[in-house]
Formats: sequence, C-alpha cells, structure tokens
Amino acid sequence: MAINNHPRVPVREQAANSRRSNFEEVCFGYNLEEAQLEAQRCLECKNPRCVAACPVNIDIPAFIGQVKQGNIAEAAAIIARDSCLPAVCGRVCPQETQCEGSCVRGIKGEPVAIGKLERFVADTAQAPSPTPAQPQNKRVAIVGSGPAGLACASDLAKWGYSVTVFDALHVMGGVLQYGIPEFRLPKSIVQRELNALQAQGVCFEPNVVVGRTISIDQLLDTEGYSAVFVGSGAGLPKFMGIEGENLNGVVSANEFLTRVNLMRAFDPEHDTPVFVGRRVAVVGGGNVAMDAARCAIRLGAEVHLVYRRSEAELPARVEEVHHAREEGMLFDMLTNPVQVLANDQGWVRGLRCIRMKLGEPDASGRRRPVEVAGSEFDIEAEMVIMALGTSPNPLIASTTPGLNTERWGGIIANDSGATSREGVFAGGDAVSGAATVILAMGAGRKAARAIDEYLRK
Amino acid sequence: MFSILQKRELAPEIFLVEVEAPRIAKSAKPGQFVIVRAHERGERIPLTIAGYDAQRGTILMVIQAIGVSTRRMQAMAVGDRFADVAGPLGQPSEFVAMPDAELKQQRLLFIAGGVGAAPILPQVEEFHRRGAHVEVILGARNANLLILKDELQRSCDALHLTTDDGSAGRKGLVTDMLNDLVASGNRYTHVITIGPMVMMKFVARAAKALGLPAIASLNTLMVDGTGMCGACRVTVGGKTRFTCVDGPEFDAHQVDFDEALRRLSMYKTQEGQRLREAEQRGHICKIGRNS
Repeated sequence: MAINNHPRVPVREQAANSRRSNFEEVCFGYNLEEAQLEAQRCLECKNPRCVAACPVNIDIPAFIGQVKQGNIAEAAAIIARDSCLPAVCGRVCPQETQCEGSCVRGIKGEPVAIGKLERFVADTAQAPSPTPAQPQNKRVAIVGSGPAGLACASDLAKWGYSVTVFDALHVMGGVLQYGIPEFRLPKSIVQRELNALQAQGVCFEPNVVVGRTISIDQLLDTEGYSAVFVGSGAGLPKFMGIEGENLNGVVSANEFLTRVNLMRAFDPEHDTPVFVGRRVAVVGGGNVAMDAARCAIRLGAEVHLVYRRSEAELPARVEEVHHAREEGMLFDMLTNPVQVLANDQGWVRGLRCIRMKLGEPDASGRRRPVEVAGSEFDIEAEMVIMALGTSPNPLIASTTPGLNTERWGGIIANDSGATSREGVFAGGDAVSGAATVILAMGAGRKAARAIDEYLRK
Repeated sequence: MFSILQKRELAPEIFLVEVEAPRIAKSAKPGQFVIVRAHERGERIPLTIAGYDAQRGTILMVIQAIGVSTRRMQAMAVGDRFADVAGPLGQPSEFVAMPDAELKQQRLLFIAGGVGAAPILPQVEEFHRRGAHVEVILGARNANLLILKDELQRSCDALHLTTDDGSAGRKGLVTDMLNDLVASGNRYTHVITIGPMVMMKFVARAAKALGLPAIASLNTLMVDGTGMCGACRVTVGGKTRFTCVDGPEFDAHQVDFDEALRRLSMYKTQEGQRLREAEQRGHICKIGRNS
C-alpha cells in the first residue's frame, strides 16, 4: 500500500504576483500524470462517506478508480450519471465541507483532492451524450438558467421531455455568468456546459423576464407547457441601512460583479463602465465578498475586507480566502461599518467602523459579535462594496396567483420541489435563500424527478 | 428578433425606432420600460417604451443620442438588429389598474420634458381613451426639440407647449406653465412628470406648492434592470427603493431628488472617456446620422 502514502499532489496555479493584474484562471488544474498520482490516494472505501456528503451523490470512488486506470472517458461517464456541470462544480463547490470534508484520508492528513480530480475529468473528456429516451411529447418550461434550472433541464431532456429554459438576462448561466468571475470559472467552461445541454435538445430563450414578459400562468395556459420549474435565483441585494450608503462609490457586490463579469467592464472593448476606487472596502465574508474583492484587486485597488466576526467564521470557501490573501487582500476582521463617510462632492471618502469581539454563540451556533464601546475608527477608501447577501425578487411570486411564499419572500416548496401551485415546481436560491451551486443543482435534479412523476400521472 | 423595421428622426439627435419584439409588444403596459443592448459588446441601458402594437409584434422607442450606447443605436439602420431587448420592466402606471368609473373622475396633467414626451404618449392615449380628462405640458429648449406634438395633440384634451427661448409656445419652463394653468382656474387631480431628473425635481416642488399630488417616473442608472444589481436605488420617503422593480414611478413628493441627481453622475467620467475612446477608434459610424 506504499503507493498511496504520498502527500496530496499540489495543483499548479498562476503566481499571485502575475494574477493580481489579469482575469485569467488562477488554478491550472492537474495533468494526467498528476491526476493519476492523486487518484492513487483514494482508498475506495466500501462505505464511502464522500458520496453521502456530496449533495448530488456522485459515485466518487468509482470515478477516481477509473482515473487510476487512466480511463478518463469512463470516469466522465460515471460523474455524468449524477452531475450535469462537473467542470463547474470541480471549480466552485465548497469541497472542504462536503466530499473532501468527510474523506477518511483527511482524518490523519489531507483529504483526496476530489474537486481537482472532478475538474480534471470534466476538462479532459466530454461525457458521451446520453441516448435520448423515447420522446415524451410534453413540454416543460424552466425559469432561470442558473445551476438549478440547468440541472433540472438536463435530466428532463435526458428523459425525453421537450425543455425550454428562459432567462431574464442576455446570456444563459445565471450566477455562473454574472456572479462568479472569469479567474475562478472561465466563461468558456460555462459555454461548453451550455453547448452540451443544447446538444441534448434543450432550447434556450434569453431576454424573457418571467413575471413581466410572460407570466407562469401564460406559460401553462397559452404556451403549451405542462409544468414549470422556477429556479430564478437569489434576487435583490441587501444593504446595511447605515448613513451614507447611497453615496456615489457605494455599490452592491451584485452590481460590481455584474459590471465586471457579465458586462466585461474590465475589457476596454466592451462599453459598460465600472468605477473602482484606489482603495476599496468590501463588507461581508462570503464567496461573493471574496469574488468582489479579488476583482477589485485585479482592477488595481488596495482592498480591505471588512467582516464583523473573526477569520475562522468567514463563510467563504477556504481556497478563496487563501487565494485572496496571496493576492494581497487586507483582512479587517472583527470590524463592523457604522457609517459611510462622504467628501464634499457626495462621493465616498471612507468607512467608519467599530471593533467587535466574539460573545456567546447565537442561533447559528457561531459566537455572536458584539461591539467594543468607543472603538470607532476610519478606513480610508473611495469605494465601498456591500456583499451582504440578497433577498428574494418578488417578481414571480407577485405575478403568480396561489404561489405561496415564506414571510422572508422565498418560494415555499417541499423536498421534491412541489409548490402550492399544481404543475409549478421550484428550487435553488429562490427557495432556500442564497446557497451554493451544488445545492441548487441538487434541488433542480430532485424537482426534475418530481416533474417526471407528475407528468406521468 | 429585435430588428429595426422603421427609423425616423424626430429632432436633431433624437430618433424613433420601431423594433420587432413580439413578446414585449403583447405584454407592455403604460409606464413600463425595456433594457436594450445595441450589440454584442454593448451596455444594457434602460429605454422607455413610446408605443406597442401586439398585432404587428413591435414596440416603439425614442432615443436621444447622448452616450456611447445611444450613439451606436443612432448609427443603426432599418434592417439592423439590436443584440437584446428585454422587458417590459417595472410597474405599470398606477392608473392602469384603476377601474374606468374611477379613472373618469381623474383630471391628469402630464408634464414632459424633451424625450419624456415619448413615455407619456402610451399613458396619455390609454387614459384619455378610457375617459380621464388628460392635459399635457410639453417643454423643451427650443421648438426643434418639441417631439411627438401631433401624436399628443390627437390624444389629449389640451396640449400646452413651452420653450426656454420662446421659439414655440409659452417662453419659460414647464413649471411656469403649470403655475399659469392653475392660476387661471384649471383643476387637476394628479401631476405625472417624466423628463430630465432636474426638471422633475422642480415640477415636484411646484406641484407641492400648489397642493397637487405628483408622480415622477425616474430615469436612474441601471445594469440588469430586473432587481439584481441595486444600481437604480433611490431614497423615497426615507426608504431605499429599487427603480427597476418598485418603480419607475414614485410619489414625487417623497423622492430625494438631490441624491438621485448626484447618483446619475456616478459614471459620467468613465462614460465620457469611453465615448472619446470609441470615437477615436472610429467605432461609431456617423453615416446616416441625419437619416
């Protein structure tokens, strides 16, 4: 067994110094030799905890077994049984709290690099197009082309349904396009996954704002769809409600990332402008905050991450925090903004903050941050990016009679995605509130099964 | 989809286009807007809807060439296609849902400045047709810039023109005309104003002094236009609201216009720079500017 006792194979990356000024992908991924060496570390447990910890239950030991043998196409086919976006998930899943977090190799050392192996397989071999099932002669409309919608569309198309995916934006992919930056998830990878779905027969219709351009009821009653899946995503950005938040130079992370990622404002060949301060304060601690901070660094800014808890509580993926630190992001932990400061032109000149300390655990089990009296201080910045999460967009709920929502606005759906309206299913952030790509994908797949059952009745 | 079927110059640097957009034509209501991208590398910009025809499957837009994107649109010809048109967006005017019996009791005064004439047209047409008393004040810098006069004249009870230089109608501002009309005994239940932000600020102030309820349709910055980015946020009655999903129409007496004006200038420097760069690269074709 000596062969698999070597340490985790490191992945090659673009050096921090060079990547600070470009939007090219940070991580280069494994080559075949590295992937096979890393695959050797997998013990192929009889009772694999990694599979149970994967929201879509990919047969991880089986695909890694094929990588060991060098059968990459086989490995791709195994992953494709459970995931339609492996090249995406290999890059953006929080593996440390899912598959890799429960890998037995992690108990005494480092877990198997499951994410990097998934990515290698997806980048190297295209899974064979599934043999199309008997056409079902029934149409399903998918609202929103993010991970939930694409996963749902993929399964339904596989089973022979005629599927159309609508999106409000001009491109397909939702958060994969407007949210996650190029250096973490190249848009060419997203396009490849979209092409694969198109090859399966999925139709895409951009520029359709369901709830405005057409209602859910019209889709069902006049456009001939037998069922609708709503995967419309997270929605409206939250702000803190502090003084000065509407000053020029204060933007939501959604706005900043949309300008940079979707509209490609970093490229002078594109028309959309983006404002970046010489010094930027990013407020928040999730993946969106890291993405915004790292985009601002690439656009030349000195970036402070302002977070009210300590570094240990940062909800972002460990790899993103690590990369952001390498790229020079400054960590202002246990710090909470109290006011955005203005210059005499109504632009941001700084962020007044207060120091925090950790008190008793709160409902989330994390220690509650409490203010340290009299500890106010100012961070100088010309721009403030608020990355505080989102609240659901009311558009679909308010235009779909009988579709019940939670008090906070999320669509109410049961475990299989069924809502209070017959024939209307929902999943992803629109139901759960902001979460991850893989959880949305899992919800989309569950809903696909429920839609299949519903349409067979 | 989104091809230009008709293009007509209404005034220098202001043109009307009829664009194929069947889904939007079917669902548009007075007061709503669209987001348009001229080409594959273009911005998403909000534009008002000046008309729609569900039968023809087309919408009308009036565009003033002032920035990078609107100049690119100006250079487009009949047969060209916009890359994207999404909509209709925003809430319809609050009078759309008003029952006819109640609407008939309304005496509406629309106050439009410059290209603001375009978005009021579908509202004026519908509310007048459904029995409301509708008057319009249309103002511009000079007579050449008074657009859609005939269309508005045909569909309202009275059209009042003002120009800054007196070349047509009353010399002065739209607020002067508002004060004149009320002073001479005209009565209105609502003022609805669409135009430059600074004009709407002063219309709101004048209406308030006259004790008139006023609605303003805000033209804030937007990126996605569907409630995702928050670029369009405004303070209304002390609360932050999103123009794209909560608006575009708000109670004008509650809007913080000074903040809204300041926020409009946010990308002025970058926009100016991109415009200069684009013109230097020769990307903006000036052929056909006057067609």
